[in-house]
Amino acid sequence: MHQPVSEVTGITWRDSVLFALLVLRRYRFRTSMMLLAMTLAVGSVVAFTALGEGARGFVQNEFSSLGGELLVVLPGRKQTTGGAPPVMGTAARDVTLADVRSLRERLRGAQAVVPLMAGKVEVSANARSRDVMIVGSTAQYFSVRELKVMNGSILPEIEDNLAQPVCVIGGKVSTELFGNNQAVGEWIKIGDRRFRIIGVLSGKADASGFDLGDGVLIPVASTQMLFNRQGLFRVIIQPRTYYPIDKLRNEILDAFRDLHQGEEDVTVVKPDSMMQTFDKIFIALTLGIGAIAGISLLVAGVLVMNLTLISVSQRTKEIGLLKALGASNHQIRRLFLLESVLLCMAGAVCGVIAGELLVLLGRTLWPNVPFAAPTWAVVTSVLIALLSGLVFAWLPASRAARLQPVEALAGKMT
Amino acid sequence: MIHLRGIHREFALGDEIVRALDGIDLDIHTGEYVSVMGPSGSGKSTLLNVVGLLDTPDAGSYKLDGIETVGLPEEARGRLRREKIGFVFQAYHLIPRLTARENIALPMVLAGMPTAERRVRTDETLKRLNLWARADHLPQQLSGGQRQRVAIGRAVVMKPEIILADEPTGNLDSRSGREVMELLEELNASGITLMMVTHDNVLGARAHRHIVFGDGHVVSDDRAVRNEHEVKNNASASL
Repeated sequence: MHQPVSEVTGITWRDSVLFALLVLRRYRFRTSMMLLAMTLAVGSVVAFTALGEGARGFVQNEFSSLGGELLVVLPGRKQTTGGAPPVMGTAARDVTLADVRSLRERLRGAQAVVPLMAGKVEVSANARSRDVMIVGSTAQYFSVRELKVMNGSILPEIEDNLAQPVCVIGGKVSTELFGNNQAVGEWIKIGDRRFRIIGVLSGKADASGFDLGDGVLIPVASTQMLFNRQGLFRVIIQPRTYYPIDKLRNEILDAFRDLHQGEEDVTVVKPDSMMQTFDKIFIALTLGIGAIAGISLLVAGVLVMNLTLISVSQRTKEIGLLKALGASNHQIRRLFLLESVLLCMAGAVCGVIAGELLVLLGRTLWPNVPFAAPTWAVVTSVLIALLSGLVFAWLPASRAARLQPVEALAGKMT
Repeated sequence: MIHLRGIHREFALGDEIVRALDGIDLDIHTGEYVSVMGPSGSGKSTLLNVVGLLDTPDAGSYKLDGIETVGLPEEARGRLRREKIGFVFQAYHLIPRLTARENIALPMVLAGMPTAERRVRTDETLKRLNLWARADHLPQQLSGGQRQRVAIGRAVVMKPEIILADEPTGNLDSRSGREVMELLEELNASGITLMMVTHDNVLGARAHRHIVFGDGHVVSDDRAVRNEHEVKNNASASL
C-alpha cells in the first residue's frame, strides 16, 4: 500500500511538448489565428527587408555600370562647408564648352574630357512622336561609356562647338519609330529641328542610371541650340591609366578656380563615392522598413497575450484538475509558455517560408532587382517572434499558475 | 493517518462571513470508509477540499501521515496530492481532448513517470475498470458511468492511500451510480481509505462510518470503526 515516494519530480519536456501540441490541435481557431499573426509579422519583416536590399542592390548595379575610373564634374558646390549660407543670386557659374577646352589643354592626367548635356525632348518621325532623353556629347563619349553601334557610325569627331544635325539613336527608339525598317539615313525631328540618323546603338546601353537605348545622342553644340542654353549638365573626365585619381581631382578643382576667377564653384565626384552614399541611404531605408514591419511582430505579440489569456480562462477547470493531480505552479506555467512558444516558432517558420516565397516571386517578376532578405533580418525576426511568445505569454501563464486549485476546479478566475 | 485539529475555514460572501469549517477535530484511519453528509453549505465539501489539500485552512493543524500540511508550500502540497490522494468529482473533470487512456495516464505524465511503466499501469487500470474496449474513446464518446469510471481510474493509477469522492454519483442514473459505488467500495476493500461527500442518505448509509455536518460543525459521528483492527475485519467482510 505504502509505496516509496517517487524519484521523479515532474512532467518531462517531451510530455510537456506533446501535451501542448494536443492543446494547439484542439483549439484550432485560436491556433490558426496566432499562427497567421506570427506568419504575417515574420513574413513581412523578411519581405520588406528583402525589398530594401533589392533596391540597394539594384542601385548598386546601375552605378557600377558608370565605371569606377571616371570623375564627374557637376556645376555648383554640393559639399557643405562651415561658411555662411550662399546669398541669393550667387547661383553657380555655368560650366561651358570653353572650360572643357581649357581643361583638355591643362590636364595632362586626363585621357578624355567629355562635355555632357541632357534633357527630355519630343522626337518625331513617320508621324509618330514620343518624349525621349536627348544626350548631347562628343565622339569620345562612346569610348568612355563603352557604347557601340549596331548600324551606321558613332557621332563624328568634330569641334565641340560645331552643331551638326546628326544623331545616334537608341535601339528602343529605333524600334518604336521605325519598326523593323532601317533607321540609318532617315531624318527625325527633335524639338523643332531636323536631324539625320547616322547610327543605332546596340544592346544594353546603360549610362548614369538611365538606359540610352531609350535615348538619342547628338553633338553637344546641337543640344545647346536645342535647349538654348550654354551651361553644361556635367563634364566626364577619364583619367589616364595609372594617373592618381585624387591628384587629378585637385587639378580639376585648381583649373576651375583659375577659370572662374578664384571661385571653387564646381563639385567633382567619383561615382564610387556617390554609390557609397546611395548605399548608406538604402541601408537606412532597409532598416527603417524592417523596423516598421517589426512593429507587426509587437502587434502579434499582444495578440499572443490576449489569446493566451482567453486560453487560461477557458481552461480554468483543467488547470484546477492539473493542480489536483499534483502539477506545481511551475509546471502549469511551463505548459502554457510552451504552447505559446511552440506556436510562435511554427509561425516564425511559416513566416520565413512565406517571406522567401514572396522574395522568389519578386525575383521572377523583376529579374533586374536582386531581392534578398538579409540574414540578420531573418534571424532577428525569428528570435523576436520566439521572445515575444515567451514574454507576452508570461503574464497569462503566471496567472494560470497562481490559481487556487479549489476555485479553479469550480471554474472561478481570481 | 488523517489528523485534523481545530480546523477553521471562512469565506467572505459579500458582507457576510461564512464559517464553512468552525473548529473541526477529526481523525480518519487507514482503510476507513467514511461518508460525510449534511445540507448544502454545511461545509462538507470544504472539509473534503481541506483534506485533499486543495484548500488551505485559515487556522488549525492537519497532519497527513504525520506530516504537518498547514504552512507547507504549494509545491510540497502538490506533491502530497499526487502521491497520496486520488480525487473523484461529481463533474468527472476529464480533459475533453484526451482519450480515456490518456486521461487515466495524466497523473503519471505529470509525475514524469517513464513511458513504459505508464503503459503497464494504464493497461492494468483499464482492464480492472472494465474500460479496455473504450480505451481510445474521447470522454464525449463515453456514457456518464464510463466517464466516472475513467475518472476513478485516474484517481487510483498513482496507487494513492486515500480516495476523496465528492458526490461521485451525482450526475449518474441509478444503475451507473450503483456500479460506480461498487467500484469505489471494492477499492476500499483492497485497503484504500475512502471518504465520500454525498446528499444521498441511502448512499451515505453504505459507509462504515457516518459523519453528519451542519453549520461548519460535526453534528454527529458514529465512529462505527475506531481502529485498524476493525477496519481490516470490515474490509474482509465486504469482500
